Amino acid sequence: MSAASAVGDGPLLEIDGLKTQFFTREGTVRAVDGVSLSVPRGATVCVVGESGCGKSVTARSVLGLVDEPGRIVGGRIRWRPAGGDEVDLATLEPTSERMRRIRGGEISMVFQEPMASLSPMHTVGSQLVEAIRLHLPLGRAEARDRAVELLRRVGIPRPEARMEAYSFQLSGGMCQRVMIAIALACDPALLIADEPTTALDVTTQARIIDLLRDLQARSGMSVLFITHDLGVVAEIADEVVVMYLGTVVERGGVDEIFHDPKHPYTRALIGSVPRMGRGSRQRLTTIRGTVPHPSDRPAGCAFHPRCDVAVAGVCDRTDPPDAVVGPARTARCVLYDPVAVSASPPADGSGVTP
Amino acid sequence: MTAPILEVQDLHVRFPVKRGLFGRTVGHVRAVDGVDLAIQPGETLGLVGESGCGKTTLGRSIARIISPTAGLIRYRDAAGDEVDLTTARNRDLRELQRQIRVVFQDPFSSLNPRMTLLQVIGEPLRNHNVATGSELEDRVAGMLSRVGLSPKYLHRYPHAFSGGERQRVNIARALILEPRLVIADEPVSALDVSVRAQILNLLRDLQEELGLTYLFISHDLSVVESVCDRVAVMYLGRMVEVAPTDELYTRPRHPYTEALLSAVPRPDPRLRDAGRRIRLADDLPDPADPPPGCTFHTRCAYAVPGSCDVPGGAPALERTGPGHRAACLRTDDLSLAGIEPDPV
Repeated sequence: MSAASAVGDGPLLEIDGLKTQFFTREGTVRAVDGVSLSVPRGATVCVVGESGCGKSVTARSVLGLVDEPGRIVGGRIRWRPAGGDEVDLATLEPTSERMRRIRGGEISMVFQEPMASLSPMHTVGSQLVEAIRLHLPLGRAEARDRAVELLRRVGIPRPEARMEAYSFQLSGGMCQRVMIAIALACDPALLIADEPTTALDVTTQARIIDLLRDLQARSGMSVLFITHDLGVVAEIADEVVVMYLGTVVERGGVDEIFHDPKHPYTRALIGSVPRMGRGSRQRLTTIRGTVPHPSDRPAGCAFHPRCDVAVAGVCDRTDPPDAVVGPARTARCVLYDPVAVSASPPADGSGVTP
Repeated sequence: MTAPILEVQDLHVRFPVKRGLFGRTVGHVRAVDGVDLAIQPGETLGLVGESGCGKTTLGRSIARIISPTAGLIRYRDAAGDEVDLTTARNRDLRELQRQIRVVFQDPFSSLNPRMTLLQVIGEPLRNHNVATGSELEDRVAGMLSRVGLSPKYLHRYPHAFSGGERQRVNIARALILEPRLVIADEPVSALDVSVRAQILNLLRDLQEELGLTYLFISHDLSVVESVCDRVAVMYLGRMVEVAPTDELYTRPRHPYTEALLSAVPRPDPRLRDAGRRIRLADDLPDPADPPPGCTFHTRCAYAVPGSCDVPGGAPALERTGPGHRAACLRTDDLSLAGIEPDPV
């Protein structure tokens, strides 16, 4: 894709070989180690993985929100807003004028803990008005009208009255709606939602997911949704990115990922989730061992010590290739690399057909 | 039917709400508000509900970590003798607490970082004067291997372990006294998906091996379905439905259960928008000031003014089928939707 390609087509956000590392006293932690993914216009992309897989750091890298001692050390984050110039977010200073304009204006973010994200010292209304006036040239009264309208859009009953409420007077679900209202304040082109429903009850979670789906359908914004919950992924995603220990192991459409997973990790992950309607006393498939700490990542394919179809002498030595396994689908596994497989076929087939 | 190992009758737990300079009590939160429940020996009974519904408080009252305000908790020991845990004397309670153990939710905060695994797991043995010295060490080592950890970790500290491993330590600590009833309070909620399945399978293996009875407290309905024989649903301190798992999931008889089931995201995009969609209002009523009549009527889609919201007692659990009880005035008029069987 050349830089000359007209803005307006092509993905809205394209992350290419992103590397974010944390320089701690114990050594360098490669939290994000060469992640590539793209977010098409108007689509919801879910990044799914377990703790320590780098999904949150990837999202924070986009907005320059990586905490010390972390730093983006490589890769590109191409941001292509409609009617604007392409910009590489990885090269912007986190405190630069341009980045501050993008953050909250063009790209906004919703975090996991709605109660902790809102200030208990200010009313919900003043926090909303602040976000609006930071990015839009509106007067106090106009901003206030917009704030009330936003609260109404996210389904908060009696929005005028709620403008004066403090976060501790609202339930977790209501706080998350306020956070979403703040995120939508300037009609962002991309909403990054980092585990927005994890701290909520299942009934509230269902309503927040409905709300996000509805807002996305109406506004046409793109959503990058970070979660560990495969049920939520199945509810909301158009495309899925599966991460493990700082790398993307598989990418594909939501139906393909759930019904035709390619990577052994994706298969194992889907197998280990209890399925409702299967009755009691199911025996769940397990993945042996535990997720290693990112600072002590196994050599070769990071998943090989837990993988049932790992090929000795291959998976523990060389980095697996990012094999294309279909249109807009990749799997990072030697099973899909014709050269590696023919050289050393897996000891047992285990039903895996490349 | 065998006699239940534990029977809870009309249990109440109230916490005072204090205000002002002198901490005057201005009301009570009815965390558990008249609960009846029986647990059969050898079964896994699930206890589900939203946060704040009182499920943890109920579990902790059974383990007598907190003292109930009123009601009966009748425990039947191995010899068949019955004891009421609410009135038992401290000395008897200590013995009973050997037989009823708790596995807590958060494997990161529930282990003392200054104690080695030997000390953490061996502490109950020492406190109850069961074993000391090398015998204690042998028993802890045996328990470690039983929960799938190497006995060579005896002298390590908890910080060196992952969440799943720490939860195994928690389980080992709970089981070292060879209890009969284990209260597992959200034992897998803090764990990663791939590790969760290991711990659930471990709990099941230990149950078969040691003949344990579980009270499994969780907010995750898919996990509960996969491990429990029967499920009890709580709302605002009250039991609203109890039934065998398959029955509850396919034929719920309380609108709250139906709503909970319909809210669970299912890990299959082809089921998106399948089945009936019921969405509850976000706001849970204040448990210090529950709504009159059926406490669920403020969020219930089927509530009828003039019948469900009449002040007075909330509806009691009534039998609606074999082993199935629900606390809804309209249960016979409603045809509630359960979970469609998984197509695979």
